[in-house]
Amino acid sequence: MANEAKTTSEYLLEVEHLKQYFPVRQGFHTVMLKAVDDVSFAIRPGETLGLVGESGCGKTTVGRSLLRLYQPTAGRITFDGKVLLDTGEQYDENGRPVLDASGKPVKGPAIEPDMFPFRRQMQMVFQDPYSSLNPRMTVEDIIGEPLDVHKLYSSKAERRDKILELMELVGLNAEHAMRYAHEFSGGQRQRIGIARALAVNPKFIVCDEAVSALDVSIQAQVVNMFEELQDKLGVAYLFIAHDLLVVHHISDRIAVMYLGKVVEIADADELNGSPIHPYTLSLLSAVPIPDPETARHSKRIVLEGDVPSPLNMPSGCPFRTRCRYATEQCAAEMPPLSDRGDGHMVACWNK
Amino acid sequence: MQGTDREQYKKRQFLSAQIDLSRFNPSSFEKATDEEKKQQDVMGESTTFFRDGMRRLRKNPLAMGSIIVLAAIILIIIIAPHIVPYSYSEIISIDGKRDKSAANLAPFEYSKMEQQYMDRTGEKLFPHIFGTDSLSRDYFIRVIYGTRVSLSVGVVAAIMVLIIGLLYGSIAGYFGGKVDLVMMRIVDVIYSLPDMLIIILLSVVLDQTLEPLITGTVFARLGVNMISMFVVFSLLYWVGMARLIRGQILTIKNNEYVLAAKCIGTKDRQILKKHIFPNILSVVIITTALQVPSAIFTESYLSFLGLGVSAPLTSLGSLANDARSGLQSYPHRLVIPALVICLIVLALNLLGDGLRDAFDSKLN
Repeated sequence: MANEAKTTSEYLLEVEHLKQYFPVRQGFHTVMLKAVDDVSFAIRPGETLGLVGESGCGKTTVGRSLLRLYQPTAGRITFDGKVLLDTGEQYDENGRPVLDASGKPVKGPAIEPDMFPFRRQMQMVFQDPYSSLNPRMTVEDIIGEPLDVHKLYSSKAERRDKILELMELVGLNAEHAMRYAHEFSGGQRQRIGIARALAVNPKFIVCDEAVSALDVSIQAQVVNMFEELQDKLGVAYLFIAHDLLVVHHISDRIAVMYLGKVVEIADADELNGSPIHPYTLSLLSAVPIPDPETARHSKRIVLEGDVPSPLNMPSGCPFRTRCRYATEQCAAEMPPLSDRGDGHMVACWNK
Repeated sequence: MQGTDREQYKKRQFLSAQIDLSRFNPSSFEKATDEEKKQQDVMGESTTFFRDGMRRLRKNPLAMGSIIVLAAIILIIIIAPHIVPYSYSEIISIDGKRDKSAANLAPFEYSKMEQQYMDRTGEKLFPHIFGTDSLSRDYFIRVIYGTRVSLSVGVVAAIMVLIIGLLYGSIAGYFGGKVDLVMMRIVDVIYSLPDMLIIILLSVVLDQTLEPLITGTVFARLGVNMISMFVVFSLLYWVGMARLIRGQILTIKNNEYVLAAKCIGTKDRQILKKHIFPNILSVVIITTALQVPSAIFTESYLSFLGLGVSAPLTSLGSLANDARSGLQSYPHRLVIPALVICLIVLALNLLGDGLRDAFDSKLN
């Protein structure tokens, strides 16, 4: 784990300096909304990276941008040794863009390959099990769609066998293949969504708040199923959620996001046991503790103020407006992610 | 043992939610077997979207009544011309001689010549069910043909509006952005034109320009006016449909299942065909059903103004127009076509409403 040397063989997915800006029209002029601003992380094969942060901090956008469901503004994404996107910006070892003499960023050749072959390798499970399934299609057709698109069968019978196998795999009754999605409960619908993602036999799945819409007992079932599937199929997850307990349970490593930036990445237990970034500290202090005795003695760190608007970001570190340790340096420059030992990366000048 | 448990149970704080465990035995906590779990797995009767909608439609007495009325009207206009021996343009004659006394007959009345003919030969002539008009033509068969014309104008216009609106609206809605902006401004321009004025101008102009184009083709049998009416409808009324479909597609393409399809790698055309169209279909069917009566209405209106089908072919609107002159003496000639228009438009509107109630999932 300590070894952070970046060889292409170690990581399945590498995201470097990913930026996703959306133009927002305000009257006559257009402002850039920086949903994701310079995010870098990497995922090993068969690993789960948890991505946490409050609402609107860009978690979902990260997931969608790296699957290129949006067109990222800048960044480089490598999957399984192949470049999936490269807009050509160059960065030095401190993570700052390389500038030429006139102050313009140096640009390498941009690479944007066709995503179609990658779609077989990378899939997504969506948040809302009610809107992520087409109400006019039977379960068989929903799960069969990826098989149709990628032509993964040679006969009708083989298609049906594969679909029934997938339904069995996610714990659905195969007799219900001819039914419509609205006839199933929330948990069952999420299983259908998972079966659809698994149909192409991907190496990597983005789970975008995949359990948030389910009630707690069903959440446990689905989370356990994600883990079983990982053991069976060796698939890697980017597990996006806002429930820290669930993320801690399923993840090998956790990344914490605030206002479009990753502020801390560490092993799940390390992050829970000894968080460093002030934002992570306050986030963890907000987790409800199921024991009233301990809860009475624990202190919540309540942040002052509101999250700044992503349309009007503070200079330097985005968290400085609410941070107890903020100094002038924080206002001047964004702290880079630096290693604090054992791959525990933190972006903070003062801690 | 149990006694002390009871004691503790009594001693607990009165707001405590602690459960008295003595009421349970170990067998209460055994895990459910797979079979028991499967029994819990209750699901309703499987229904498709269409079957479910039809079931709801059948329960709506107004909609079912409308279907019966429409079916009866369609049946009559198909069969009646085969039974009634008169044609819509035929002036009644007896033994090859024009029957001058046959003008303006009341319903089921025979003219003098017909009466004499029947007395002479003993043969029974077919009665004039609605009487005759001022040119001694059988009024019943004219109403039948008028209904044929009005209904076909309505249906063809609705279908043309559907095709153009569907293509235009789905392109604008699906691609969005600048394409949408430009296409919708064109729609706004067409929408802002006063439609009656345009219809009248177009039908006057088309009358003259179309005539040389269609002579000798199949269209010639339809008549210039009828074709110009189709063109006018399809040029003007698709804008409402296009707007509606664009709006529907805009809401549906933001659903996560469309994003999921993109994530799978489904092509744009397939996404439109498999994910978007099936979901707007109910709205499209309903709007088309409601478009038919509005087209019939406009056609009657135009015919009433004298811009409709050309004589001797007639439509319900022009029948009503012709009846104006003899309104005091022969009111039934105005009442009958007016009633048929009412019946068709009312039935189609009620059917459209019924379809919406049955198939629009947002209302359920």
